[in-house]
Amino acid sequence: MVSQIRSLGRYGVESIQSIGRAGMLFAQSVTWGGPGSAGFRDLIRQIYSVGVRSLSIIIVAGFFVGMVLALQGYNILVKFGSVSALGTMVSLTLLRELGPVMAALLFAGRAGSALTAEIGLMKATEQLSAMEMMGVDPLKRVVTPRLWAGVISVPVLALLFSTVGIWGGAFVAVDLLGLYDGAYWSNMANTVTFYEDVVKGLIKASVFGLVVTWIAVYQGYDSAPTSEGIGKATTQTVVISSLAVLGLDFVLTAVMLGGV
Amino acid sequence: MSDSSAHVEVRDVRFRRGERLIYDGLNVSFPRGRITAIMGPSGTGKTTLLRMIGGQLKADSGEVLVNGGDVGRMSRNELLALRRDKMGMLFQTSGLFTDLSVFENVAFPLRVHTDLPEAMIRDLVLMKLEAVGLRGARDLFPAELSGGMVRRVALARSIAMDPELIMYDEPFTGLDPISMGMILRLIKGLNEALGLTSLLVSHDVEESCQIADFLCIVSGGKVIGFGTPDELRNGDNAEVRQFLNGDPDGPVPFHYPADDYRQDLLTGVK
Repeated sequence: MVSQIRSLGRYGVESIQSIGRAGMLFAQSVTWGGPGSAGFRDLIRQIYSVGVRSLSIIIVAGFFVGMVLALQGYNILVKFGSVSALGTMVSLTLLRELGPVMAALLFAGRAGSALTAEIGLMKATEQLSAMEMMGVDPLKRVVTPRLWAGVISVPVLALLFSTVGIWGGAFVAVDLLGLYDGAYWSNMANTVTFYEDVVKGLIKASVFGLVVTWIAVYQGYDSAPTSEGIGKATTQTVVISSLAVLGLDFVLTAVMLGGV
Repeated sequence: MSDSSAHVEVRDVRFRRGERLIYDGLNVSFPRGRITAIMGPSGTGKTTLLRMIGGQLKADSGEVLVNGGDVGRMSRNELLALRRDKMGMLFQTSGLFTDLSVFENVAFPLRVHTDLPEAMIRDLVLMKLEAVGLRGARDLFPAELSGGMVRRVALARSIAMDPELIMYDEPFTGLDPISMGMILRLIKGLNEALGLTSLLVSHDVEESCQIADFLCIVSGGKVIGFGTPDELRNGDNAEVRQFLNGDPDGPVPFHYPADDYRQDLLTGVK
């Protein structure tokens, strides 16, 4: 009994310490500059490796999600005789919710885990220590460009996801189910607003990008320098950042809708 | 040796890792321009000592002075500047950047810390690589190199900024005799040619004695012997002699502390 209370207490203390370390890592790596800091080229290289290389999965997933949305939506709306609202439904669902959330989840699985493994391995093979001993701050050199690459990439990926999804919806609704394409597109154009739907979705995606990348780089930087430690950290990245995205999604939606 | 010639001085350092006290009042000074081999049984914290000198670990109390400045009290940026200008370190696993070629690995500190024109960086890198005999391997990647070559590239990289102090963490482990001979010659050669202060952590008594000016034997959190190899071999400290001769039993017992053997077998309790 006592030992259980003790281990619960230790778990609590360790969790708080871990949050503290993550906060320090963030504070030290969010700004550019300092000895041996990364440059613009490093940022571009990281955007390529986390963003551009996630394109295929984002586009394929977006197209299928849009197709499913249109198929399900059509079968529901047709009962109420309002299939002309299908374009609105597909586009709003994607822009407001599924685009940012799905892009962030896919990003966590595709790029976040890779970031964790990469940084964890750099630590295990003493590349980070070697950098420190050469007078280069590994936070500025390694973590900063990766963090910002994530913040920049996820909103773009989310927007692409939504765009491709809307096309996927049109493909099912118009080409396969025979909905009049004017109804699909013009109702969408009439109801979707730039600020309320597109911009707010992008704000969400930026926050998700920041949180997922932050968790990924922290898990890598804080991992035990063993193969087991890196494996565990990679899993943690995907689990924690997925939960964080879903939880934050509710909070952000509530704040943005102003209804709660 | 007098104190004025000390490059690195460790004064009264205590260091604890978790429950274990690793150093308890460690005092030692390393003379400038010489090779000092830090030796001792596994797990005595020799690498920890190097990391404290490099400022990657902080002592719980006491001072670690490099050129008279206390490493433990420096700010992050002061430390980075000290390491950039004055220190080099060769890690056990070398720490080469796996995404960069041999050339770019050696060029890394120069590119990061200086604004030298590309032509000059090229010359400097080729000079460092020539010194370790790997000028021809400049376009290879670390994964394509043998263990000995990896360590030589790392050595070239750690002298790229011409440090005054260089620390080698287990430079001989896992090398074949030829590679080991090369590394030995390089350490000695660099020390003589550039007047580097060299600290060498190693288990290999024979090899270390060949090149080291001084040996520093660490055991049980303290320095138990410091002197030239001959002095220590012929000295009166039994533990030092046991270590240098590699005797399996002596002041450092073969058996981990345990209850009486006979009792243990007879009681049958786990």
